[in-house]
Amino acid sequence: MKADLTKYENNKIKNIYNIKNHENYSYKTIGLTEDVIKDISKKKNESSWVLELRLMALKKFYELQMPTWGPDLSELDMSQIATYVKPKTNMQRTWDDVPDEIKSTFDALGIPEAEKTSLAGVGAQYDSEIVYHSIKDELVKQGVIYTDFDEAVKKYPDLVKQYFMKCVPVTDHKFVALHYAVWSGGSFVYVPKGVNVDIPLQSYFRLNAPGAGQFEHTLIIVDEGASLQFIEGCSAPKYNEINLHAGCVELFVKENAFLRYSTIENWSKNMMNLNTKRVIVSENGKIEWVTGSFGSKISMLYPMSVLNGKNAKCEFTGISFAGRGQNLDTGLKIVHNAQNTSSVVDSKSISKDGGVCTFRSNVLIKPKAKHSKLTVDCESLMLDSESRSDTIPTNTIETDDVQYSHEAKIGKISDEAIFYLMSRGISEAEAKAMIVRGFANPISKALPLEYAVEMNNLINIELEGSIG
Amino acid sequence: MNLLTIKNLYANAGEKEILKGLNLEINKGEIHVIMGPNGAGKSTLANIILDNPQYNVIKGNIEFDGENINKLKTDERAKKGIFMSFQTPEEVPGISVTNFLKTAQSSRTGEPVKIFKFKKELEENMKKLDMNPSYSTRDLNVGFSGGEKKKNEILQMLTLNPKLAILDETDSGLDVDAIRTVSKGINMYKNDDNAVLIITHSTKILNDLKVDKVHILVDGKIVKTGDANLAEQIEEEGYAKYI
Repeated sequence: MKADLTKYENNKIKNIYNIKNHENYSYKTIGLTEDVIKDISKKKNESSWVLELRLMALKKFYELQMPTWGPDLSELDMSQIATYVKPKTNMQRTWDDVPDEIKSTFDALGIPEAEKTSLAGVGAQYDSEIVYHSIKDELVKQGVIYTDFDEAVKKYPDLVKQYFMKCVPVTDHKFVALHYAVWSGGSFVYVPKGVNVDIPLQSYFRLNAPGAGQFEHTLIIVDEGASLQFIEGCSAPKYNEINLHAGCVELFVKENAFLRYSTIENWSKNMMNLNTKRVIVSENGKIEWVTGSFGSKISMLYPMSVLNGKNAKCEFTGISFAGRGQNLDTGLKIVHNAQNTSSVVDSKSISKDGGVCTFRSNVLIKPKAKHSKLTVDCESLMLDSESRSDTIPTNTIETDDVQYSHEAKIGKISDEAIFYLMSRGISEAEAKAMIVRGFANPISKALPLEYAVEMNNLINIELEGSIG
Repeated sequence: MNLLTIKNLYANAGEKEILKGLNLEINKGEIHVIMGPNGAGKSTLANIILDNPQYNVIKGNIEFDGENINKLKTDERAKKGIFMSFQTPEEVPGISVTNFLKTAQSSRTGEPVKIFKFKKELEENMKKLDMNPSYSTRDLNVGFSGGEKKKNEILQMLTLNPKLAILDETDSGLDVDAIRTVSKGINMYKNDDNAVLIITHSTKILNDLKVDKVHILVDGKIVKTGDANLAEQIEEEGYAKYI
């Protein structure tokens, strides 16, 4: 029974890479010029302030330099990337109205099912646009807004203008500038003061078109004393050409508020994932990041937490798994910018078959952040000797009164542990999988059950075929 | 009934030749003891019976339950019914003792574990071994004291119920009470259809056991075999006259 279920789950996950829908777009632009940007803006029926912003961002993109560190991005040719791919449907409020072919993709990913059982709201983006959005009535009654970004811009322009780009400025780096030039889709969430959203909201991003980019913008505001759990999922079918993901996530956690932002990233292995995520946390607020990075050819992803108010807290729990041909350059940034702020970082990485995992942590403790606490713990597991794992911590501490600890462990999977498990009758493949799952267990525990199961299955699939 | 037969076994640990023509025969229903000075090859023998990849057979045969197992991998040997209690059990983070044992048992039997029965037996066995029940949910051996690790090995032996249990210095580093608990575990496990091979430096663990044969292993060979009295004699006189 259990074995069948696992097999079923594994097939489900394999489908993530295999389902390719053809010719599903009604409109598509390729490349990155002023005309292309004007075209996108026109197709999206945007106000002039949005177009102006896009053109300004495009200028910045050409001014800013490529990163001088990290993985080699020379394969990325922006003139070849489909910057806007509009699916053949408008945003729908019921799954029945979503075209069958698109719906079947989300069915295979288990999204409508999860919505029924364990989510308070769902957003589903297909290529450049959100095709489905829903939220439970109780939350609407309490004033919670959860909608696609285009609608937010139209319906709540003041709220959007107050926060949009205030967390991640356009000048931040080249790919943020790119994002603002061509952004499309994404979710907008506002949780009013004192409202607790107990059941998670989830936005799922599916990139179907070959050679396309996805540039969704997620903006979440958790107002004073409110709380929210938000889950972001992403995947794409496997193609031979490079796809690009340059999304942007802006989060605001106000006084005494709480946000848990979980991501299971499962891009196919032709994806360049150059994503930007940032949160600003006010007094007594708390952000929890939970992230699992499995897919992509190259990832550069360093969620940043700015602890701006007294007693603000950050917890980061992350895992990345790099297999053959993958270079996952991940990590985090934290700025302690007020008294008594604290952060706890627990990061793990697994590499196999020549995969490369790099973990960069960059922590800045400002002079006024007295009595701050920081604990960084990173651990890497290499499954063979051709794989690589690096940890690159940078800490800038500008005040004396700080409690700080940093631990880094890098090791190969233990032959003795494999032998120990095998000596109890467990096969070599299962022994390795158990050790890897055990290594990842602290992350699984932080995830909602269904996602923990998905992560374990992803690990099983990653290990399949690599063990003879 | 013959259970384990080792014939003229030569084996290396890495590049170093350790076993040099070892012969050993164990029948069902028997308890055997191997004693010998440090570096004689006792642990090598235990590890080679389970095909630890850090050791390799140069020549000779290992037969188990009437079958040559030279070519079988560790997990296949375990499934045939060979078990070893490790001298230093590995710590494996993120896997609970219960989940580990369930996986091991279903691998060994090829059938899914009956959860209720399994849990009840596990609880009973832990009680008999004087183990705190909370250990069943803890990560495998992680942060266990030396004594708890060894008890956990015996717990695994009782759960998996092998045909041959090899105890590689299970008693070393244990206090008197813990040694008694381990002996108790061996007696709970032992019956006419299985066998035990105890590797030890001390006779304390043997006090409560009915030992059939004691072997002295020196420089990769068994140089003397006797009954339980031989262990007593070694305890008093040392190995001088066998070296």
